[in-house]
Amino acid sequence: MLQVSGMTKRFRGVVALDNVDFSLEKGEVHALLGENGAGKSTLINLIAGTFPWTEGACSVHGRSLSHLTPQVAREIGIAAVFQEFSLVPDLTVLENLFLGREQSRGPFLKRGDMRRAATELLDELGFHVPLDETVAFLSRAQKQMVEIAKALRTHPQVLILDEPTASLTDGEAEKLFDAMARLKARGVGIVYVSHRMSEIRNLSDRVTVLRGGKKIGTVTTADISDEGLIEMMVGRPVDQLFPKIEHRPGDIRLEVANLTTAGGSVIDASLVARAGEVVGLAGLVGCGRSELCRAVFGLEPIVSGTVKLRDKVVDRPSPPTMLADKVCYFPADRGSEGLALIRSARENATMSSLGLPSLSAGPFLKFWREADVIKKPLTDLALRPMAPESKVSAFSGGNQQKVMLARGLMQPFDVYLFDEPTVGIDVGAKVDVYNLIKALVEGGACVIVSTSELPELINLAARIYVMHEGRIVAELGEDERSEAQILPHYFGGTA
Amino acid sequence: MNTDAKPMVGTAAKKPTILDRTGISHAGRLDRFLKQGGVVITFLVLAVVVTALIEPRFLNRINLLNVMRNFGLLLIPSLAQMLVMTAGGFDLSVGAVVAIASVVSATVMFVAIPFFPGMEWVAILLALVAVVGVGIVVGTVNAGLVAYFSLSPFMVTLAMMSVLVGIVLYFTQGIPIYGVADSFIAAVGRGQIFGLPVILCIGLAILAACIVMQRFTPLGRHIYAVGSDLRSARLSGVATGRTLVVAYALAGVLAAFTGFLMTARLGSGQPTIGGTLALETIAAAVIGGVSLRGGVGRAEHVAMAALFLAVIANAMNLTQVDSKFQTLVLGAVLIAALALERLLLQRRKA
Repeated sequence: MLQVSGMTKRFRGVVALDNVDFSLEKGEVHALLGENGAGKSTLINLIAGTFPWTEGACSVHGRSLSHLTPQVAREIGIAAVFQEFSLVPDLTVLENLFLGREQSRGPFLKRGDMRRAATELLDELGFHVPLDETVAFLSRAQKQMVEIAKALRTHPQVLILDEPTASLTDGEAEKLFDAMARLKARGVGIVYVSHRMSEIRNLSDRVTVLRGGKKIGTVTTADISDEGLIEMMVGRPVDQLFPKIEHRPGDIRLEVANLTTAGGSVIDASLVARAGEVVGLAGLVGCGRSELCRAVFGLEPIVSGTVKLRDKVVDRPSPPTMLADKVCYFPADRGSEGLALIRSARENATMSSLGLPSLSAGPFLKFWREADVIKKPLTDLALRPMAPESKVSAFSGGNQQKVMLARGLMQPFDVYLFDEPTVGIDVGAKVDVYNLIKALVEGGACVIVSTSELPELINLAARIYVMHEGRIVAELGEDERSEAQILPHYFGGTA
Repeated sequence: MNTDAKPMVGTAAKKPTILDRTGISHAGRLDRFLKQGGVVITFLVLAVVVTALIEPRFLNRINLLNVMRNFGLLLIPSLAQMLVMTAGGFDLSVGAVVAIASVVSATVMFVAIPFFPGMEWVAILLALVAVVGVGIVVGTVNAGLVAYFSLSPFMVTLAMMSVLVGIVLYFTQGIPIYGVADSFIAAVGRGQIFGLPVILCIGLAILAACIVMQRFTPLGRHIYAVGSDLRSARLSGVATGRTLVVAYALAGVLAAFTGFLMTARLGSGQPTIGGTLALETIAAAVIGGVSLRGGVGRAEHVAMAALFLAVIANAMNLTQVDSKFQTLVLGAVLIAALALERLLLQRRKA
């Protein structure tokens, strides 16, 4: 149905996609797998007409197309749902659903018809989104649902989904999968990009793996193991994704008692974290995990409760005092909270360590020492490409994350708080992050990991606290860390 | 096995939080107050009441007619400014377009009247066509530079202003152009329909057209979309370049038309008018709730803001406030309106 061959895309001389063939059958789910920067986004953007290709050919239903624009792609039945949304923030949900495809009679909009069609569409998908709310005020998951509904509204023949479940809860993701199954039955071909191995396994018929802009191969999903796919993706055999961590719990490093934040995102939370162990924070997105980490680091106002570091009560946590007390926090949103994207990797890595004697003398920076100082942390983290002078924005997501993590390696910290350390990064970079966590813990640090990835918690953490609606609802020890035991607590139940 | 049952409880418990968002109740009143232009209505009512109390001459019929004409002449370029600002830009060249249009219309009439003796309306029509042409050309050039060269609207229209002012002053040497058709001055400049100034009626008709365009046509949606998020609009299949061109060209036509009306009002082509119009129209737009970042703004609120500005200008004239001091007041009012709106927006988000 869709046939792409010899597709090549160069951006100002840099080859983003190199001679890639790709095909999609009627009623097929074809997964695209690859590390960040492998060319997945480039390929789907070319198919969706976002930008033109440099070389190559594309044909749909046997009709060959010399070029594609978003409008042309739409007309021939290609619809795309990108990670970066195509929703206009100041318009309402209803207005967005029909944007660029308004139904009108003469010069006037058919507002009643559009409202009816939108209500039907959302009901059919089972998504609960208020039609008249301005998109800017929606949650990320709601925006995702609107985006999907918008793509489906035009009854596409080819649907491109780019990590559609990244911000959905399991229940919402199930609804999406149901909708996908119905579309498939109707003969719609789906290009599915995801990092989640279980989704690729359950949903897709074929998988195409890309690496470094080149196509590694296309395989039938049923014929290959997860390990095989990962090996194709990262280019080296991966025996295990997760390193074996030796936990040696020592003294209590961090103690949080009855902590409640001003916004009410964290209510009466208490936890203990010891040196030499990884403590996991589990729960749905929005359950208060992130806010708890932020409150400890002084980024959320605390109403009541205490934060103790090595038996010393911290009166008013604030980022500078917590850093001085050897607590390091890595935010979940590295783009807006962690990194200055237009500055170099070097400057970003040393940003919170400029006061160290190794880097400063009085009011002046020892700028000639900077390049030396960052070399080891960046090498340990395997920054790719190893170009500390490049702008952070030029790196892939996984490598941006490494630049941020390098900050924590500039000086020894006692407590590390990781908030969603692997969100939106590829498998190769994930392994690097896991190895970093292992090295830190085995070096005697105390590590707290807040993540929505259950396998990470099960494989990395010695103990897991589960949060639900702001409260810590369970603490699970070494032998209770299975998916079946953790999941019920996500929804406030008691296993 | 109990894992199956528990998530059900979870989803059921989650639903109310989602439904809360659908309800109008959340921060409802403040929200609606802001959306319905509460700020600008309050400003307008206060200005009218206070002016009427301290200066009874304000309610004099002749004075009210004067206020309405001035309102009409501020309303039309303010709507032009609103079109461009909701599309995510700025038009600093409005004042210069008004000036060039005024000069062009007077010149065309002056030249054409001898050719059509006894048929002044033909000359007036020719002048109107020329003026609309000027507006379309300027607007399209502005939009072309913004849309296809990705230049900043602020800089493009600032430079355009300089170019136009240069052209006008070079050809006129700053001297007004006389020879405007008398019937034009009488009918448009001084005329009334049902006791209302013609200029006001034209302004209100344009206002009505703008409201219909914004609310009930795809073009209106597209202008908001392009101003709110250009990339998303493009990905959604909106012809962004064409939308920008239409928005800027419409704005150019409205600004040029204002120059045409000004000529009728002043009885001559004035090369030096419109100098403060960029600031005044941006003030009207912003007080009327148009976002500086684009994507938000309604014609009816901009109209109320323009009326508000016309009223306070009139009040200051009546009470003989120094004209230099009036500029200061305009700036202060603008800052106060912005600060108030921001304050209320923060309250709403909290």
